[in-house]
Amino acid sequence: MMNIRNLLKIAIRALVRNKLRAILTMLGIIIGVASVIAMLAIGEGSKKNIQDQMSSMGTNLIMIMPNMQMRGGVSLGASSSMALKMSDVETLRNEAVYLSEVSPQVSASGQVIYGNQNTQTTVHGVSGEYLDIRKLEIGSGRIFTSSEVRGMSKVCILGTTVVENLFGEGADPVGVTIRIKNLPFEVIGVLEDKGESGMGQDQDDLILAPWTTVQRRLAAIDYINGIYASAVSEEKSTAAADEVTEILRRTHKLKESDEDDFRIMSQSELLETVSSITDIMTYLLGAIAGISLLVGGIGIMNIMFVSVTERTREIGLRMSIGGRSRDILRQFLVESIIMSILGGALGVVFGYLIGTVAGTLMNSPVVVTTQSVVLAFAVCFVIGVFFGWYPALKAANLNPIDALRYE
Amino acid sequence: MDNVIIEIKKLRKDYHVGDVVVHALRGVDLQIREGEFVAIMGMSGSGKSTMLNILGCLDQPTGGDYFLDGTNVNSMNRDELAGLRNRKLGFVFQAYNLLPRTTALENVELPLFYNPKMKSKERLERAVNALEAVGLKERMGHMPNQLSGGQQQRVAIARSLVNDPVLILADEPTGNLDTRTSVEIMELFQALNEKGRTIVFVTHEPDIARFATRNVVFRDGRIQRENMVTDRLFASDVLLTLPVENIEEFEN
Repeated sequence: MMNIRNLLKIAIRALVRNKLRAILTMLGIIIGVASVIAMLAIGEGSKKNIQDQMSSMGTNLIMIMPNMQMRGGVSLGASSSMALKMSDVETLRNEAVYLSEVSPQVSASGQVIYGNQNTQTTVHGVSGEYLDIRKLEIGSGRIFTSSEVRGMSKVCILGTTVVENLFGEGADPVGVTIRIKNLPFEVIGVLEDKGESGMGQDQDDLILAPWTTVQRRLAAIDYINGIYASAVSEEKSTAAADEVTEILRRTHKLKESDEDDFRIMSQSELLETVSSITDIMTYLLGAIAGISLLVGGIGIMNIMFVSVTERTREIGLRMSIGGRSRDILRQFLVESIIMSILGGALGVVFGYLIGTVAGTLMNSPVVVTTQSVVLAFAVCFVIGVFFGWYPALKAANLNPIDALRYE
Repeated sequence: MDNVIIEIKKLRKDYHVGDVVVHALRGVDLQIREGEFVAIMGMSGSGKSTMLNILGCLDQPTGGDYFLDGTNVNSMNRDELAGLRNRKLGFVFQAYNLLPRTTALENVELPLFYNPKMKSKERLERAVNALEAVGLKERMGHMPNQLSGGQQQRVAIARSLVNDPVLILADEPTGNLDTRTSVEIMELFQALNEKGRTIVFVTHEPDIARFATRNVVFRDGRIQRENMVTDRLFASDVLLTLPVENIEEFEN
């Protein structure tokens, strides 16, 4: 039995003797692995990015929106639907056991003015629970009271982008009166900075006000645009969605054959959808990169074949001085494994660099997972064995006399 | 010095070329004792190369018996033969067969890599000693393409010596060399033989065969003639008669 150190030494010497060829062969594997690692890292990074931001919005979140309404074959769009009323919020608050908090939502957009500054933004009319539901924090000031909600008070809470636009960065406008659609509103609070959403939306460009105020004074409607609720727990969000469907269908007096006049979106569901989309994207990228890895493997096989033919006399010599078939087989196998593993290692490094550069350009984080590295190495090892085996076998089965005479 | 190293009885070797059977060896009896220096001669097709391949355990006979150093080779499989070659035999080829882009030292070390019991320190030591024995110790870091033909063949001889074999087999060792270098190689072989090495080589040059102690001439697969060399040449004497100009340098 030839020992492993000798085997490695022989294989490494043989590779060093053909440095350029070995490096060119490895190039295929390097590119293959690098692209797999980079693609998976980018895919994984954007997935994590989206997931993080979506869960920062609250994974218990359940949104109820009116369904698109058709009148005589003409779609009126979802926002003009009057399907949801404040009474629905009340019913859900009283009856739904899987919901912990429920808030109506009425939105109006318009010009907001302070002094000589003005900005265009959306005013969300909500109840106090909304901040909990959306995981919003008050940075300074306070939240509106229930009496302010009842009394249609002209008070508001500003997002930081609005503060920046109207007052400049870092200003504290609590107590100041601004004009929204020409009505004076007192600023009672400012929200904590929330940053961009997973979809690239600025989550700080908003104003919160009592829903009653927005509904009556700004939008002048008698329905609400949506209901935001939170399930008692993330696991219960599906049950909560079912429960809401059941309650609303009943109170809206929908017949068995009628379609829902509302839509329910739960954050966890959305998260799953987005995750599965990014997963598919990741796998797709990985598969394309995998093909180049396969091509790299075939490159190794090709070179090993050339190598066996070119080194026939060497093989004959090794046999004549005592190399057994299996020693020759192992030497060629180890050579091919070394090339693929080394190529794999360099590929991981290059892949990481490419991923990092691409991530910086795309402004998205890059996550090189341990699995992808382990996978790359495993694949390289398998490629080394798989594509090295046949040429190695061919070498090992040579007849020493013929091999020695080979010209 | 009377131990029989090679004992061959009624050795036959047939090749099948298509439907035709070629009888390369048709019943050969041969004995080689320890310390002998034997030249196998004959024209091409006489069976001398087949004989050498069988002696070297690279090929197996169709019939008859071959005992190498007391072991019957006929009953061995491919791997056992490889082990035998590794421990008991040393090969020298006409075309040197050194690994390219590999130093002389590493070339000489090569057979020891296939001996699992060999420690790397001992391997190095033995390789250096073998190179010293052929007078190339100071060139051990050279690649084959930095060495002349004669030097390359010396490295090959060092490689054949490194595992301390019972028998050195050389296939036309001087076939690629000019006269003076050929004689120098024979001088080396004679020196090794003086120290007790058993050497068998194939040549078709009668002049070269006269450096050996015994000549065996093959013809049509049989031993035609076998004789002790009476008018033996000594390479060191012959070298004195040859022009001193070194053609090796020209080869370089």
